[in-house]
Amino acid sequence: MSTQIAPWIILFSPLVAAVLIFLIGRFSKTLSAGLAILSAATGCFLSWWLFRQTEVAPQLALEWLNFGPELTITIGITLDHLSKVMLLVVTTISTLVFIYSTGYMRDEEGYTRFFAGLSLFLFSMLGIVLADNFVMMFIFWELVGVSSYILIGHYYSKDSAADAGKQAFIVNRIGDFGFMLGILLLWSATGTVAFSGLLSAIPGFQGAPVYLTVACVLVFMGTVGKSAQMPLHVWLPNSMEGPTPVSSLLHAATMVAAGVYMLARIFPILEVVPDAREIIAWVGGITCFGAALMATQQNDIKRILAYSTISQLGYMVLGIGVAPTSSEAMFHLFTHACFKCLLFLAAGSVMIAMHHETDMWHMGGLRKKTPVTMICFIAGMLALSGCPFTSGYFSKDLIIEWAVVKTPFLGWLAAAAAGLTAFYIFREFFVVFFGKARSEHAEHAHEQPVSMLVPMLILAVPALFAGLPMIQEQFFTLSHPDANAVPHLLHPFLYAMFFGGAGLATLLYFKAEKDPVSIPLFANRLYIDDVYFWFVNKIQGGGSIALSWADRWVVDLVIVQVPSKLTWACGFALRFLQIGSIQAYAFFFGVGVVGLLYILLSK
Amino acid sequence: MSTVSPLLFLILIPLVAAVLVMLGGKSRTISLLASALNLILLLVLATKFRASEAGFQFVSSFPVVPQLGINFILGADGLSFVMLFLSTAVTLAAVAVARPPVENDRWFYISLLMISAGVIGAFASVDVFLFYMFHELALIPTFLLIGIWGSGDRQAAAWKATIYLATGSFVLLLGLIGLYLLQPLGDRSFDLRHIIQLAETGLIPDNPIVYLLLLFGFGTLVSLFPFHTWAPQAYASAPAPAAMLHAGVLKKFGLYGLIRICAPVFPESIQALLPLLLVLIVGNILYVGYVTIAQRKLDTMLGYSSVMHMGYIFLGFAALNVVSLTGASLMLLSHGLTVALLFALCGEIRERTGTLEFSELGGIARATPRLGLAFGFAAMASVGLPGFIGFASELMVFFGAFVGEPTQMRAQTQAVAEVFRFNSIQIVTICAVWGIVISAIYMLRAYRKIFMGPLPERWSRLPDLAGLPRVAVVLLIGVMLFFGFFPQLLVNLVTPALLQP
Repeated sequence: MSTQIAPWIILFSPLVAAVLIFLIGRFSKTLSAGLAILSAATGCFLSWWLFRQTEVAPQLALEWLNFGPELTITIGITLDHLSKVMLLVVTTISTLVFIYSTGYMRDEEGYTRFFAGLSLFLFSMLGIVLADNFVMMFIFWELVGVSSYILIGHYYSKDSAADAGKQAFIVNRIGDFGFMLGILLLWSATGTVAFSGLLSAIPGFQGAPVYLTVACVLVFMGTVGKSAQMPLHVWLPNSMEGPTPVSSLLHAATMVAAGVYMLARIFPILEVVPDAREIIAWVGGITCFGAALMATQQNDIKRILAYSTISQLGYMVLGIGVAPTSSEAMFHLFTHACFKCLLFLAAGSVMIAMHHETDMWHMGGLRKKTPVTMICFIAGMLALSGCPFTSGYFSKDLIIEWAVVKTPFLGWLAAAAAGLTAFYIFREFFVVFFGKARSEHAEHAHEQPVSMLVPMLILAVPALFAGLPMIQEQFFTLSHPDANAVPHLLHPFLYAMFFGGAGLATLLYFKAEKDPVSIPLFANRLYIDDVYFWFVNKIQGGGSIALSWADRWVVDLVIVQVPSKLTWACGFALRFLQIGSIQAYAFFFGVGVVGLLYILLSK
Repeated sequence: MSTVSPLLFLILIPLVAAVLVMLGGKSRTISLLASALNLILLLVLATKFRASEAGFQFVSSFPVVPQLGINFILGADGLSFVMLFLSTAVTLAAVAVARPPVENDRWFYISLLMISAGVIGAFASVDVFLFYMFHELALIPTFLLIGIWGSGDRQAAAWKATIYLATGSFVLLLGLIGLYLLQPLGDRSFDLRHIIQLAETGLIPDNPIVYLLLLFGFGTLVSLFPFHTWAPQAYASAPAPAAMLHAGVLKKFGLYGLIRICAPVFPESIQALLPLLLVLIVGNILYVGYVTIAQRKLDTMLGYSSVMHMGYIFLGFAALNVVSLTGASLMLLSHGLTVALLFALCGEIRERTGTLEFSELGGIARATPRLGLAFGFAAMASVGLPGFIGFASELMVFFGAFVGEPTQMRAQTQAVAEVFRFNSIQIVTICAVWGIVISAIYMLRAYRKIFMGPLPERWSRLPDLAGLPRVAVVLLIGVMLFFGFFPQLLVNLVTPALLQP
């Protein structure tokens, strides 16, 4: 096996699996699941193998479009430390989620379609990871969009699921609009779309910092869509309509991580445009705080996690904006992938136990019914809330430190969001697992099969320990801000936030029968969704109906009526010229022809 | 030249088939065999075609009116070859999905075959006059198909289309006569090679009025804004095979003409009148795009969406560089295949449910999973998803148009634009990129409304896609995917034709 071939096998085996499942999957459920898991596991194995190779052969590239030196687009591979780490995260998490899915989907409709979709999703994500140029990344970026459309809309007979899939695709396309423009700007200035070529072209931008800033911000729009940053975050909570393994995959290793990964990939370009990074930092900071606020008042176990994902992605984007390298954001992506995936798998396990009930106020007391699930949930919860010495503690605090040093306001905002994080996840934990059973289903809940529990238990290990210095060193070279530059208050404040948030949630929700707190502003997601709804229905819908009316009755009328009226008027005028002699007609005809010829030939 | 061009057979096969049908042969079988034979013949010719060579191949010439320089010249270069492939492929698909009407099915198939012969003749013509005549030959049966076998307000739709297209053709004819008269006295000809050669040597003045006549003549045939209102209505009323052949193939005639004739002959006029064309392109993409969003019926929505997509091709033409023109040419193929597929599926839905109103449909993917899957592919191809040929061509149009400077690609320099300002064609390109959002909105909404959601009881027993229509649909999707993965094959074919003197 050579390091030239392995990436191609990793990339294409899920596509092969998807096509095979599409063609022959209907004959056997086991076959479909087996093919999907085999392809993911192959990728996982090869990724770990590649990660251990220090020498990497020069990579091959296939020509996709070639117009000579001005425009050549290849399908090629980038294999550096960044993509190797990302490969590990993506393939490992995917393999576990695929295995878990065999249990979760066992009684669901569309089993083979589901596994074909998962494989396609994995293929698309791997394409983004391995891309060596912007257009290839865009290609797979769009494919991720369509695979998420398929998977989120899996239960397409349900109106809400069908709408959610559509919304995800369209909102992502709005981001892609900016992404495409950014690519066009960069290419039209440098004549290349390859990452390596762009890097070497950076010095040429010294006289035009605004140009590069605009280009980078436009490219960042792609991240805002794909990584669900405000204000394009609305699709992500609705994507919970998909089966839970999809949510888990989408929120941990694929799709939403793609936006952050893309920023890490172009980090050397971002480094020279501080203005663009400033904007990125603010978007990330506001998102991490705003989404955490919304999460505090949700009642659906998956939606809380969804807002949590948005908030955590905000941290990563903030990290890109403030940290000196991309490793800090990637480190948080890495730990988040483990613990968020775990939380979703645990939530899925609860949902199956509850017969697909997702309102957590109908649960309660599950700690006795589903103990293993609860233990896994605790592991994920501690990591997410930044409990000292769990993985999230290391990665999140590092980003907050840098933010406080670079842009103090954002740093403290992110630190406050950490408190909210602890609050909302402990709230969810107590309402689901403690108190009395609040419904029939909760009374009769039962633990899940091994195929679901084992992936969860495996993930619990890195969720808790992946942040420990001896482990993180294997994957990342992190830089810490100068200890003197960090305010001394910060770390005590962060501890206070964790214990304060968790403590407050314990006080309020430990045995709560219904929500003692009601903040409509947060429960209604800051009314952002309503603004969109109003805009889409009233402004866009109304406007396009008005245009359609105009097209039918005005444009048509003007185009048809004006010439016919004109003809009539000319005829009327010409009647005055009717002098009834052949010679006169011949004369006018001659004048006309000569005039026409004159116009045609004059130059 | 004494040898007979094999391209002649491509035209003759459908004509002979039409005669056989007229004489009482089995209409559906003969039509199917003829169109399949044509496609096979074309593929055989493709193996003999030397892609790397510029200029026309398989040329044969017979004088028609030698005094006026009108000759029956057939020939094909890379670009016309692509169009011939589109014509034969869509003809076969159209015949395959055709539901013969109860009455006069003979004439129904004859009309289809005549359209096929007409478009093949037009794209295989090297003589501009013949090119025009073949197009007219194809138009007449289209009107008949709409007016006689259409649905809804078919008479009105047919009349409207006739008025618009006849006017457009007339303006076009004036433009072609103007083009003829522009040539130096004593050396006038309708031979395209001759015209381009004269233009190269500067013997044809770059006349803006003739360009405008050609632009609006060709433009009306392609539903250039604001001369587009005939299209949605006509496609809504037309029987599926007619809509497939017209929207998919015949309509491309106008753009093909612009790329073929105007681009090499009138570069300066195109440049000088660019602002006008750009405004119309924005009308095509944004205005018509939003009008499409408002549609409540699948057939008119598809009609408007096909008008909208023409805007991209016009943009590729307007930018006049190799990348954008290649993109525009590929989009002739990609849009033709996509819209043919969409209209075919639209016809299949109408056949089953009797309605295309979004409000009455819903959830039918559960009853007809194959139809749902096929429509999903078609919708994704239409919104320009990577993997389909539509994405590659859209990408080339965007990239080509964005460099902004016509005729040749901007020389790459390391020093980036001193002043950061978009020029007009770049602004229009930005509008066009926004079009990818618009098309996603209406296409996904249509898919959502028709195929997703709960399945009403009355649609629960619809038959699924089967038989010949299914084969045709799979073939169309296969072709779109194949070239989407390997667009360079087409680029290699088309680019020499665009660069040729």
